Amino acid sequence: MSDLNLKPNLAAPDAFYEELIATHEGLQDDESAALNARLILILANHIGDSDVLSAAMKLAKDPASVSS
Amino acid sequence: MLQDRYSLAFKLYPYARRADQDATEVVRHPVVVIGGGPIGLATALDLGRQGKPVVVLDDHEGVGQGSRAICFAKRTLEIAQRYGCGQPMVDKGVVWNLGKVFFDDRKIYDFNLLPEDGHRNPAFINLQQPYFEKFIHDQIVAEVAQGAPIDIRGKNRVEAITSQDDHVVLDILTPEGPYQIEADWVVACDGASSPTRAMLGLDFEGRVFEDSFLIADIKMKNNEFPTERWFWFEPYFKAGASTLLHKQPDDVWRVDFQIGWDVDRKEELKEENIRKRLDALLGNDAEYEMVWSSIYTFQCRRMKEFRHGRVIFAGDAAHQVSPFGARGANSGMQDVDNLGWKLGLVLDGNAPEALIDSYHEERAFGADENILNSTRSTDFITPKSKTSHMFRNAVLELAEHVEFPRSIVNSGRLSLPCTYDGLSLNGADKLEGGPNRTRVGSPCPDAPVADGFLLDKLGGGFTLLTIDADAPNELDVDGVAVSRLALNGTDKHLAERYLGAAKSAVYLIRPDQHVAARWSTYDQTALEAALKTACAKG
Ligand SMILES: Cc1cc2nc3c(=O)[nH]c(=O)nc-3n(C[C@H](O)[C@H](O)[C@H](O)COP(=O)(O)OP(=O)(O)OC[C@H]3O[C@@H](n4cnc5c(N)ncnc54)[C@H](O)[C@@H]3O)c2cc1C
Repeated sequence: MSDLNLKPNLAAPDAFYEELIATHEGLQDDESAALNARLILILANHIGDSDVLSAAMKLAKDPASVSS
Repeated sequence: MLQDRYSLAFKLYPYARRADQDATEVVRHPVVVIGGGPIGLATALDLGRQGKPVVVLDDHEGVGQGSRAICFAKRTLEIAQRYGCGQPMVDKGVVWNLGKVFFDDRKIYDFNLLPEDGHRNPAFINLQQPYFEKFIHDQIVAEVAQGAPIDIRGKNRVEAITSQDDHVVLDILTPEGPYQIEADWVVACDGASSPTRAMLGLDFEGRVFEDSFLIADIKMKNNEFPTERWFWFEPYFKAGASTLLHKQPDDVWRVDFQIGWDVDRKEELKEENIRKRLDALLGNDAEYEMVWSSIYTFQCRRMKEFRHGRVIFAGDAAHQVSPFGARGANSGMQDVDNLGWKLGLVLDGNAPEALIDSYHEERAFGADENILNSTRSTDFITPKSKTSHMFRNAVLELAEHVEFPRSIVNSGRLSLPCTYDGLSLNGADKLEGGPNRTRVGSPCPDAPVADGFLLDKLGGGFTLLTIDADAPNELDVDGVAVSRLALNGTDKHLAERYLGAAKSAVYLIRPDQHVAARWSTYDQTALEAALKTACAKG
């Protein structure tokens, strides 16, 4: 079991963010939502660890539940 | 009035007058089973094989037409094998391993169940439910011929039930009028809408799923479909929000269309309308005959308590699940397997009534697991919100191209027996290095042995399975007999499944083939303690 990493972990945060937004460019809301769903599934599978995933879902649902 | 609610596939136990109907005093029976569906019949068979007199009351005279269940899992076949009626099921049934999953207009992947080898029975067979019930009944007839005290009374409808402290009074209606009998124990196997449950005013709570499914069993005339399971999500031919095609014996295919919640049942069930859906699926040139059709909706629910005094509930009467994952009859058979030996010991006075409470503990645990699994399948097949639908389709879209989402695709999971982890009949788990799959509480996995298969050598009573270990051959602990089965660990399947990293093993195995306790070597005191615990004498 490992913990959800809440420290900065992206080598190039600006580039990541730019790419994420660009990925959605030109899509309708529904298409974007579907893309996000696929992305979540892909990332979840990559992470694998169910404790990490549960912690991530909790945090996403209620960002105030953890403060650092 | 005694009117049939359904027509029969096989007339098996026509009404005949019994002495009880003319008795001046109400006759008391040790066990009365209400309902002669698969679960009631199997209960009677289990008890009758133990020599326990059992009366079965059913308001019809045989097996109803129309196959509800078609998938019977390995554990069910193993239980049936123990009762002597497994082989005809396997012989008649269709074995399948290949499945295809479609989304919209394309196949997204196929799979092979790749069943583990070293088992006598296949992972699954498809068999019409009427055959399944008939094979159980055939075995009852054979056992009765050998003296088993089983009495099945057709057209005997239970009309009222009065529960007393130490017995139950039943009011029965027959074509020749009413009569009463008493029972020390009643096993209610009268199905999902259990009149017994209603007459006793008991709860049955759970979740309703707002969808209906149209089933058509068809006999193909000019078209060959392979022996595979085909499942469509949102098929392009628009015959349903999902569609399942599955092979049964006698060239019959089961087609299952998900048709939505607000449907006009009468309209949908018109043959011309069913044919429209079928033609959309099969193409206009397919020739087929309709064998049976029905619309079903379903719920996932269970009784809070499976035992109420001297009345015990089993099968659909106790719990109901969605058909996805085939956990209805399959879990009911595990109820029977669990209850039979317990009732036998209690009737003999060799175990306290607390053993019957463990039936509730273990099978309610099993029911919860089944409800969880079938609810998950249902939520995947029939997503209930826009977001859930979007995730479901995201899984399917990815599954066409990459492997990982295929494990998330859930069109019904294989029905597996549950392991009674942490429950009160469990004894010591002291086999260091022992495999996880045979931990205490597990159903014993099969394995080849010198002259056949392991499971054929277990059951009936308690077994002491020793692998490369010494132990007495026969034991009797307070009236409960244990016989030893001595094996050695040379077979790789047996070693893998029962030894793991251990050099030797001693397993105490219950009559229902679940592991009660295990150690690396035999110790008399430890065995006696485990046996007491397994019989609720602790
Ligand atoms: C569409 C569909 C598909 C299914 N597919 C599968 C599958 O693939 N695999 C699987 O394992 N399960 C499946 N099931 C579930 C399976 O059919 C049931 O779990 C099974 O029939 C339950 O058996 P039972 O003996 O508990 O009840 P039932 O089969 O309902 O039998 C109850 C009996 O009690 C009798 N009875 C009722 N009231 C009285 C009374 N007052 N007096 C006397 N007798 C009475 C009835 O006549 C009947 O004979 C499916 C169900 C459906 C609807």
